[in-house]
Amino acid sequence: MSYKKRLDGRKFDELRPIEAKAGIIARADGSGYFKIGNTIAYAAVYGPRELYPRFMQNPEKGIIRVNYNMLPFSSKGNRVRPGGSRRSQEISMVTEKALLPVLNLEEFPNSVVDIFIELPQTDAGTRCAGICAASIALADAGITMKDMVSSVSVGRVDDQVVVDLNYDEEAYDAPVADVPLAFLNKSDEISLLQMDGDITEEQLFKAVEMGKKACKQINKAQKEALKNKYK
Amino acid sequence: MSKLLVKERDVVVPGEDIVEGMDYLPSKGTYREGDKIVASQLGLVRIDGKVIKVIPLSGKYSPKRGDTVIGKVIDVLMSGWRIDMDGAYSAMLGLKEATSSFIARGADLTKYYDIGDYIAVNITNVTSQKLIDVSMRGPGLRKLEGGCFIEVNTSKVPRIIGKQGSMISMIKQATDCRVIVGQNGIVWISGTPEMEAIVIDVIKKIAKEAHVPGLTDTIQKYLDKKVPKKKPVEPKAVATEAEEESKKDSSTKEEIKDTKEKENTPSKEEKK
Repeated sequence: MSYKKRLDGRKFDELRPIEAKAGIIARADGSGYFKIGNTIAYAAVYGPRELYPRFMQNPEKGIIRVNYNMLPFSSKGNRVRPGGSRRSQEISMVTEKALLPVLNLEEFPNSVVDIFIELPQTDAGTRCAGICAASIALADAGITMKDMVSSVSVGRVDDQVVVDLNYDEEAYDAPVADVPLAFLNKSDEISLLQMDGDITEEQLFKAVEMGKKACKQINKAQKEALKNKYK
Repeated sequence: MSKLLVKERDVVVPGEDIVEGMDYLPSKGTYREGDKIVASQLGLVRIDGKVIKVIPLSGKYSPKRGDTVIGKVIDVLMSGWRIDMDGAYSAMLGLKEATSSFIARGADLTKYYDIGDYIAVNITNVTSQKLIDVSMRGPGLRKLEGGCFIEVNTSKVPRIIGKQGSMISMIKQATDCRVIVGQNGIVWISGTPEMEAIVIDVIKKIAKEAHVPGLTDTIQKYLDKKVPKKKPVEPKAVATEAEEESKKDSSTKEEIKDTKEKENTPSKEEKK
């Protein structure tokens, strides 16, 4: 059995429909909304602001804190237990690491930038949607950034390399690999690469190339979202 | 020859190329990568001769020496007060800088400024570690009592003040309110309740349309429309109402004239 046609009829290198917005949470210093297919991510940025507890302060540079959270009703009917979990902790950490290379933390010593990512509706690719939303939110908050970060998941379903897997593909009854990627847009540096499942070397390289192209498209949507706010 | 990739006053996002070539210099909000100048902040491009700047459209207040800000007293210490300025760092107001009068040793400092009071202060020093000293010596620096406060983004403050204070003096003239605009985006307004409401309305409008050119005219028209309409109609004898009406009309016109005159000769005092 081979995977000839994608379950939702997309081309193998085609993204799900994207919708991006900036500045949607009034009280936050910056906020972003990123929807890809049925996955929706909201990100709110607060700060730079004073960091407590005090022992966390670093007089040489500021820190960022990311909080990733899936809402209880976001999944496919089975309630996600609210609050932190091992999974959400890990994703918070990798999101933080994916965003760090574009930030200049020396600019705000002893302080913190808080990023909250909430997912009211999920259909795979949540950490990627979260990173995209967070990147919009950081720019909207006026924080100095070298570049924007765009993220997409790639992988393979059976013998096909595909971009932007949805949940049905991730759960497809054949060997599947899911590789979330994040790119810095100008330099094409990779700031996030994880893998779940197996994939051959050639498939991985092909997947990363496809992901790079897809990220350009995502970046365009992110830029437009920010510019549309000031039209 | 360098090539400009965007126009002046265009909105750029972080990572967007502004200039290709070495003829221009990167300044605030930009950085050089290879032979390109790239934006590092969301904002409007400003070309100042050979210098490329990005004027931010959002962001928290970053303290600068010489700024007048409105702060809130958050702590009373042995030797002064700690002031929150709605930024990432709080400031220190020393005893000597707090009042012109002598404060005896061991005096109860809450008699001067208590926790929760709002004061207008001037930033005298900012260190590399962002320790901030503020002073209250100077004209207009005092405890702010009565009136109301609103918060706007700090990047909108220059538009609220206007060129040499033109915008703010126009608002003050038209509404007869006392207004202090802190560089940190906190605005204090004191006047009659109706006029305060108008000022809040106008300032919110400015903040919303800060990046649109020709703002002063828009606001002038807005004020003209708002101020006479909001003037309370006194319930007086019916017979004199027509007379009242005509009087009001003329007074309104005078007020508008005043405002225009004021705009042409902005007073230095307003510049903050």
